[in-house]
Amino acid sequence: MSYSAVRSDGPPRTRLRKQLADAIAPYLYSAPTLILIIAVMLVPLVVGISYAFRDIQLLNPFSGGFIGLDHFRTLSQDEAFFRALRNTLWWTGASVFLQFFLGLGLALLLDKPFYGRGIVQALVFLPWAVPSFLAGLNWSWLFNPVVGPIPHWLFAMGIMSEPSNILSDPQLAMWGPIVANVWWGIPFFAITLLAALQAIPRDLYEAASIDGAGPFQRFFSITLPFLAPTIAITVLLRTVWISNFADLIIVMTNGGPADRTQIVASYIFTQAFKRLDFGYASAIALVLLVLLITYSMLIVVLRQWLLSKD
Amino acid sequence: MTGKRLFALLAHRLAILAYIVFALFPLYWLLKVSVTPNKLLYSEGIRMWPSQTSFEHFNFVLRHSDFPVFFKNSLIVSGSTAIIVTTLSSLAGYALSRFSFRGKYWLVALMLLTQMFPLVMLVAPIFKILSPLGLTNSLTGLVIVYSAFNVPFATFLMQSFFDGIPKDLEEAAMIDGATQFVAFRQIILPLTLPGIAATLGFVFTAAWSELLFSLMLISGNAAATFPVGLLSFVSKFSVDFGQMMAAGVLALIPACLFFLLIQRYLVQGLTAGAVKG
Repeated sequence: MSYSAVRSDGPPRTRLRKQLADAIAPYLYSAPTLILIIAVMLVPLVVGISYAFRDIQLLNPFSGGFIGLDHFRTLSQDEAFFRALRNTLWWTGASVFLQFFLGLGLALLLDKPFYGRGIVQALVFLPWAVPSFLAGLNWSWLFNPVVGPIPHWLFAMGIMSEPSNILSDPQLAMWGPIVANVWWGIPFFAITLLAALQAIPRDLYEAASIDGAGPFQRFFSITLPFLAPTIAITVLLRTVWISNFADLIIVMTNGGPADRTQIVASYIFTQAFKRLDFGYASAIALVLLVLLITYSMLIVVLRQWLLSKD
Repeated sequence: MTGKRLFALLAHRLAILAYIVFALFPLYWLLKVSVTPNKLLYSEGIRMWPSQTSFEHFNFVLRHSDFPVFFKNSLIVSGSTAIIVTTLSSLAGYALSRFSFRGKYWLVALMLLTQMFPLVMLVAPIFKILSPLGLTNSLTGLVIVYSAFNVPFATFLMQSFFDGIPKDLEEAAMIDGATQFVAFRQIILPLTLPGIAATLGFVFTAAWSELLFSLMLISGNAAATFPVGLLSFVSKFSVDFGQMMAAGVLALIPACLFFLLIQRYLVQGLTAGAVKG
């Protein structure tokens, strides 16, 4: 916007200068942010994509050459990659599903006022503030039969034949990071859904009650339609975010036992951090990026299609 | 009717209790093991509270380990990141909120893009780029990387706070002859102080929690942040559960303090945003 209209009494030269200053002002305000993002995120992103076609190994001084699609050929034969892909689906699906429904339940419980709601809210949202590495360590200790109670409870309930660590059981290990992730992520869904719930006009509910609608009818014909846009956007964003979220897995199992908990993101990190094979890591990362973009496009197209049907 | 209502009330309170127990139990257990003396740790198994408590683990961790250094490093990194990001994002957020300019669309698109792609993609190239600059194994390097990662979200956050302040305020000041920057600094910024505090808290907590890049970029103990130090401690002394959990409790303190500070704004702030649109 231009303020020169307000102060058009000056001589034409100053007016021109004022207009020029107005035109560049927003760029001056946003320049530091823009430079930082370009230098630390955009440039490495482009460099990383170029790595996918080069042989870059940190410990090998002769590496660095252009090798075309070799990494992708290796990748198409890589059993561990395809297992990581399946694990990513399982990890993301189970985590989002449980986080969403438990988060929605919590938001509904907190929606109506009751004595002590402020303090309850602070307590149940607390896991959200716990650093992810600590959440991972904390849960891996809870699953550890030496200091943690969970194996002993499972044993006492007859679910386990002996108190052992599920994180070292190939069949069950994925449940460890999933439970930690659910614990950590419920508050996120609860906070966003609670905010959306509180924006629903209260008189709608009163009117519906007077017309004789029961609690279920009110939920399905008022609450759910109002929440739908928030649900759609948070679930979409959270799905992408969780499929990339490797912290808990790196901390709790490091992908083991026998790669049973390795997801694509943790596989990329392992390739870069442990094997120092930056080229191959970047190739996997590029495939992951393409998959995520495809997923997001599919959702957008699906949404357009659903909207046009109405 | 009253019986049914009583039942609903009871079910509501019980469900809330279940959520509270689920949310707090892991943290309670962390605290419990950290104050259990070693001789009771194995013999008393899964008792809910040890028959004797001691602060020996805290004592050890604070006096005979590198954790105070890790704590200090993390405090420096998270504090600097929070201050830098809040400064930059209040400038950029103000530009997005008050000006309409040609590059705005591209700026927003770029910042949204950075929120979508997997950051783990950047682990290798950032290491390669920072290494010749001497910024690996350095706190400065971490501050630069974390600032860039957090500035897009913080900018959107600050923009929403500026959007909540009427434009008439600075227009009035500018008619009285102040430049827009003076109006921004002396009128608008003081009004957004709660928003600035929230942004500081968000960024501080995010930087305090970051794991993958600090693992990749930091190798020695001297520049290790808390997560790197704690994980190397865990892999080296994985039997000293009491000490590990005492260190864990220490890592929890700053994050929880910031959370308590901002939690009252959480739902209200988001509600205001939702009402507006």
